[in-house]
Amino acid sequence: MLITKLKSREDLQSLLPEKVFVLLCNGCKEVSFPEREIEELISEFLTADKVTGVLTTDYICNPENLSLRLKRRRAMIDEADGVLVFSCGVGVQTVSDLLEGRAVYAGCDTIRLPGFQGVTPLEYDCGQCGQCYLNLTGGICPVTACSKSLVNGQCGGAQNGRCEVDPNMECGWERIYRRLEAVGRLDAIKCPTQIRNFAIDANKSH
Amino acid sequence: MKITELFDRGEFVVSAEVGPPKGIHIDGLIEEAKKYLGGITAVNVTDNQSSVMRLGSLAVCRQLLDAGLTPIYQLTCRDRNRIALQSDLLSAAMFGIENILCLTGDHTSLGDHPGAKPVFDLDSVSLLHTVCQLESGVDLGGNPLVGEPPKFAKGAVVSPCSDSIDAQLAKMERKVLAGCDYFQTQAVFEPEKFIAFMERARQFGKPVQLGIIIPKSAGMCRYMNNNVAGVHVPDDMLDELAADKERAKAGITGVEIAARVIRECRPYCQGIHIMALGWESKVPALLKQAGI
Repeated sequence: MLITKLKSREDLQSLLPEKVFVLLCNGCKEVSFPEREIEELISEFLTADKVTGVLTTDYICNPENLSLRLKRRRAMIDEADGVLVFSCGVGVQTVSDLLEGRAVYAGCDTIRLPGFQGVTPLEYDCGQCGQCYLNLTGGICPVTACSKSLVNGQCGGAQNGRCEVDPNMECGWERIYRRLEAVGRLDAIKCPTQIRNFAIDANKSH
Repeated sequence: MKITELFDRGEFVVSAEVGPPKGIHIDGLIEEAKKYLGGITAVNVTDNQSSVMRLGSLAVCRQLLDAGLTPIYQLTCRDRNRIALQSDLLSAAMFGIENILCLTGDHTSLGDHPGAKPVFDLDSVSLLHTVCQLESGVDLGGNPLVGEPPKFAKGAVVSPCSDSIDAQLAKMERKVLAGCDYFQTQAVFEPEKFIAFMERARQFGKPVQLGIIIPKSAGMCRYMNNNVAGVHVPDDMLDELAADKERAKAGITGVEIAARVIRECRPYCQGIHIMALGWESKVPALLKQAGI
């Protein structure tokens, strides 16, 4: 099981561009979403004329299904400066990859609960760390895409863009840098020093 | 002595590196350091380099200090969490160690205990941030320290010849923002790449020490080219080393190559850092040939 928790209003306000397209995943059976809080926030954004469109759907981690739905809303997405996604970390990463070249923002943190995990037949992995970093990394998870789970940038171990631990794996931070460059968000590199809080990470004992 | 004081005075800072042994006898290491490295500014002591378990950096730093040398205490984030790292920083300050070098560290899987748990609770950037926090009299948990807080010259590393140079410069900037005072680089064999790097790194306004390895043989260089990230020895240097094996073995060719790299890069950097890898005895000859 996993739970998504809405990020604080201050966090989201400081982060989001002027206009966003909103993508809301109402999920799978394994995820518990803060549905009412999200609905409230979206209606606030709608009142403030911040939203170019809303898509509510389930299983946004299914790229075939999702790409079709996004295609139908192309105009609304093009009108926005970014896409705000309310889902678990896997969903945000799926959208980031599908909408390459576009800024994608995570509206939630994902927290692990014991029990059955969602079945995601994808390479995207969410560490369910409880403090989603995807907004600082262009929608590529540094906790799962980096062998050392580094949250402040690349180590010195990458060779030809490959990880020192597993040469079959691309360096996660090389990918993050390229993605941030492509979406014009290299300013995210200058964010404050990140320090993980293992008190909220249910994986910590593993 | 803090090496930042020398940078501030505009001095060209020379440091070299020693690796603690896998054991408890370091008389030889201290004697060699006194004999060959006594004339230079400071001596780095590596922290379980390449994830291979060895005698501790902190203990060897203390011995070097007692022998009259200036140690640079290297700390990696691979083996200790934030509690242990801060505790060791306080221990270092109590011993009178004033220079540190903050690294993330190689992954455990690359070393001689591949089954060990990799820690990486902090990384090089958050470690620098943590040191600044301690210097302000408060630990990372927000608790006040008792008495005068420690003060360090805080260094970090960067890889100027990396093929991920944009990501490296981005990380360098984060280190500067986190409070880094000076940088030492990965070994450079391509002065043109280093100079191009320095043109972009100059904006950060922090002193940079050029990293130098004295190449021992063509075989060693080929090994580094294949296995050491950010190090590339060009073909003409490989040929030079292969041309006369006896000369290379005696260190003559290697010292010539390293001295040439230093001379070409010297106008662009504020010091050098020599990773002698057992060839500490060649350091005086290298400095002489490089005109330092």
